[in-house]
Amino acid sequence: MTTAVEAIHDEPLTIGGHTFTSRLMVGTGKYPDMDTMVRAIEASGAEVVTVAVRRVNLDRSKESSVLHFLDPKKIFLLANTAGCYTAADAIRYARLAREAGFNDFVKLEVIGDEETLLPDVAGLLEAAKVLVQEGFKVLAYTNEDLVTALRLEDAGCAAVMPLASPIGSGLGLLNPFSVRTIKRRLHVPVIVDAGVGTASDACVTMEQGVDGILMNTAIAAAQDPVAMAHAMRMATIAGRAAFLAGRMPRREVAMPSSPTKGMLD
Amino acid sequence: MDVVINGEQKQIRGGTLLDVLAELELDPRAVVVEHNRKIVRRVGLADVTVTEGDAIELVHFVGGG
Repeated sequence: MTTAVEAIHDEPLTIGGHTFTSRLMVGTGKYPDMDTMVRAIEASGAEVVTVAVRRVNLDRSKESSVLHFLDPKKIFLLANTAGCYTAADAIRYARLAREAGFNDFVKLEVIGDEETLLPDVAGLLEAAKVLVQEGFKVLAYTNEDLVTALRLEDAGCAAVMPLASPIGSGLGLLNPFSVRTIKRRLHVPVIVDAGVGTASDACVTMEQGVDGILMNTAIAAAQDPVAMAHAMRMATIAGRAAFLAGRMPRREVAMPSSPTKGMLD
Repeated sequence: MDVVINGEQKQIRGGTLLDVLAELELDPRAVVVEHNRKIVRRVGLADVTVTEGDAIELVHFVGGG
C-alpha cells in the first residue's frame, strides 16, 4: 500500500528527536487475542505502539506480558500512564516504564473523571513539568483546549495529544476547529489521541493538518480488527494527503463543472 | 518471611531482590522492581536484601492504548 504515498511530498514526523514515517500510532489493549493484535499492528503500518504498565500476574506471568508478542526492535514502544488519577501516580508509572529500558518517551495521562476519562489538566501540567525535568520525552494526552495545549508546550512536552472525543467512545472528531487551532498555534507535533471510531474519522482528523493520530479501540473493537487496521492506515494517509493537497474552498451555492457554453438550442 | 508483593501477603524464603524473582520464577529482564516505593535498577537487584514486611511491586508492560 505504498503506491499512493509516492505522490505525497511530506516531511517525516519527528518527535523528541525520533523520526517516524507512519503518522498512525496504535494501542495494544482490548484485542480479542494476541494473534489478532499482532496482525492488526502489522496491517496498520504503525511504528509507535502504546503499552500500559501493570502488576505482573504472579501465577501466570509468562503469558500476560505484551512483549511476548511484540518485537521492540521492530516497533517503538510508547508506555502510557493510563489509569492514573494524580500527578504523583502518573510520575511513578512513567519512572517504572522508563526503567524497562526501551526509551524515555511516555504518553502522559492524568485522568480527572471516571465517566468521561477526561484529563485533569492541573495534574497533567504538574506531572509534565516534573517528567520533562527528569529527561522524559513527554507526549501529553489532553483535551482540545488551546490554553492547556500551550501550557504543555511551554512545560517542554515533546508532543501534545488532544482528544478527538472521549477515550473508547468512537464518536470521532467532535471539535475540528479547536484541534485546528491547537495545531496552528503549537510548534511541537500535535497528535490526536482517542475518540476515532472508523476510517472516515481518521481521515477527517488528519485533514485538519495534525501531525498524527493515535487509536486503540477503533481497531481492537472492530468486528475485523486486522481489516480495520488496514482501513485506518489508508485513511490516515488519505487525510494527510488531502491536507497537503489543500482542499477547494467551500461555497454556499453550486457551480457547474461542465461548460455552460456550447449547449444545444 | 512475610512480605507484600503486588499488594498480596506472601511468604518467601528471603534473600536479595534477585533471589525473590528467582523464587517467583520471574525473569529479571522482563520485570521492573519497586522496593518500598523505590525503583531498583536491574543491575542492583542482587544488592538489595529483602526484610520482613517489605512492600515489593513487580510490573511489566501489558496491552494498553
